[in-house]
Amino acid sequence: MRRFCLPFVAALAIAIPAGAQGDFIVVQSTTSTQNSGLYDAIVPAFTAGAGIEVRVVAVGTGQAIRNARNCDGDVLLVHAKAAEEQFVAEGYGISRADLMYNDFVLVGPAEDPAQVGATDDIDAALAAIAGSKAAFASRGDDSGTHKKERALWAHAGVAPEGDSGTWYRETGSGMGATLNIAIGMGAYTLTDRATWIAFGNKGGHRILSEGDEALFNQYGVIAISPEKCPTVRADLAQGFIDWLLSDAGQAAIADYRRDGQQLFFPNAGR
Amino acid sequence: MQGFGDAFGAAFALIARFDTDLVEIVGLSLRVTLSATLFACLIGFPLGALLAVGRFPLRGALTVLVNALMGLPPVVVGLVVYLMLSRAGPLGTLGLLYTPTAMIVAQTILVTPIIAALTRQIVADLDAEYHETLRSMGAGAGMRMRTLLWDGRFALTTAALAGMGRALAEVGAVMIVGGNIDHVTRVMTTAIALETSRGELALALGLGIVLMILSLALNSLAMGARVGAARMAHA
Repeated sequence: MRRFCLPFVAALAIAIPAGAQGDFIVVQSTTSTQNSGLYDAIVPAFTAGAGIEVRVVAVGTGQAIRNARNCDGDVLLVHAKAAEEQFVAEGYGISRADLMYNDFVLVGPAEDPAQVGATDDIDAALAAIAGSKAAFASRGDDSGTHKKERALWAHAGVAPEGDSGTWYRETGSGMGATLNIAIGMGAYTLTDRATWIAFGNKGGHRILSEGDEALFNQYGVIAISPEKCPTVRADLAQGFIDWLLSDAGQAAIADYRRDGQQLFFPNAGR
Repeated sequence: MQGFGDAFGAAFALIARFDTDLVEIVGLSLRVTLSATLFACLIGFPLGALLAVGRFPLRGALTVLVNALMGLPPVVVGLVVYLMLSRAGPLGTLGLLYTPTAMIVAQTILVTPIIAALTRQIVADLDAEYHETLRSMGAGAGMRMRTLLWDGRFALTTAALAGMGRALAEVGAVMIVGGNIDHVTRVMTTAIALETSRGELALALGLGIVLMILSLALNSLAMGARVGAARMAHA
């Protein structure tokens, strides 16, 4: 039997051995910052200067917070202010800082079956969708975008959960997967603008509602507390956060563009 | 809509460019999957043989259990391993979460039942054939297991390949315990999932084609080794 496994051992020997481990931190992150390519654009500059590797685990905001609660990260970078403040209040985070913002947009099929038009009134847009029972794809995954979407429905005076499975369709998936689904079934959906601009499979969908103040999307960054999580790499984490909030880090965020459009607007300490 | 033509174009461009990121991802896929398959063989072959020739209480129940575990959803394995390896979990102090080691552990758990169950069937069939001969030689259970495993080595290649195929193809387990971290734990399947979620469908499908080519190459190698070994055995 040992001889039998020889080919595998041989294959293992030629496979790449584990690399040397330098200083690194784990960032529990929302997906939009990774899917839009932000980290690829800004992190190399930090790593080159500080010698700290940044390992990004991009999951929904809800899961990122859960993972951080389990001490499986050093930095939390998400976009759900209330949940972030609760995370800090419970002692898991040292403190929370505003990092940057952009906004959410409502995208839908060009035919616009619910006659949303191009409105900046998100309440009216959502009411039109609910009124016409046009398909709407919800994240349904407790992500930052999902939390925002539920708040918007509540503000519009609609309770779509009762229609789940009919026109209101909860995908239980990430933003990209939900966009693919929405485009596949001709449904409306709410997305952050960064993911939408960077998204490669827009099909015939376009932005139908944008610009409402309620669509503001604030990203925050939190260092995970060594008191709750003794294994956390607190110094390295603080180094990364300090850089993100510094002029250099904020400029790097502002400089990141896709198709000539700025995706994130730095607003640390403002 | 991005079509198949774009996908093949993307696959061809990826290979032609031979870009270092792709090489790194393919290398890690191979390292994780082959390691997991190796460990699963080391556990699954003896376990399967024991279930085939051993006579002990609850053998039937254990056989059913191993067969049922072939249907383990990768996401469930990923979650279980995550809960074990998380800093808040019982093995958290090892600091293995989000490392290739964690991915190997998860895939080993996923693949072992497949290899054990197929091994059990192969060895049981051989045992039915050679039972009298082995008994007349006065072979004990350990001797019988070893003999039958060696006798069934060519068929067992297929069991190992089935397990390897499962490991190479799954995304749910490695996504959760590896975290799909660029340059650290990103493998073919998690890269495909990421590009899909970026809406880069042609690139995702292109990576899928590269993965299929890889699988073809591994299976061809195994087939070649098997034919070569068979020739030597009969020479």
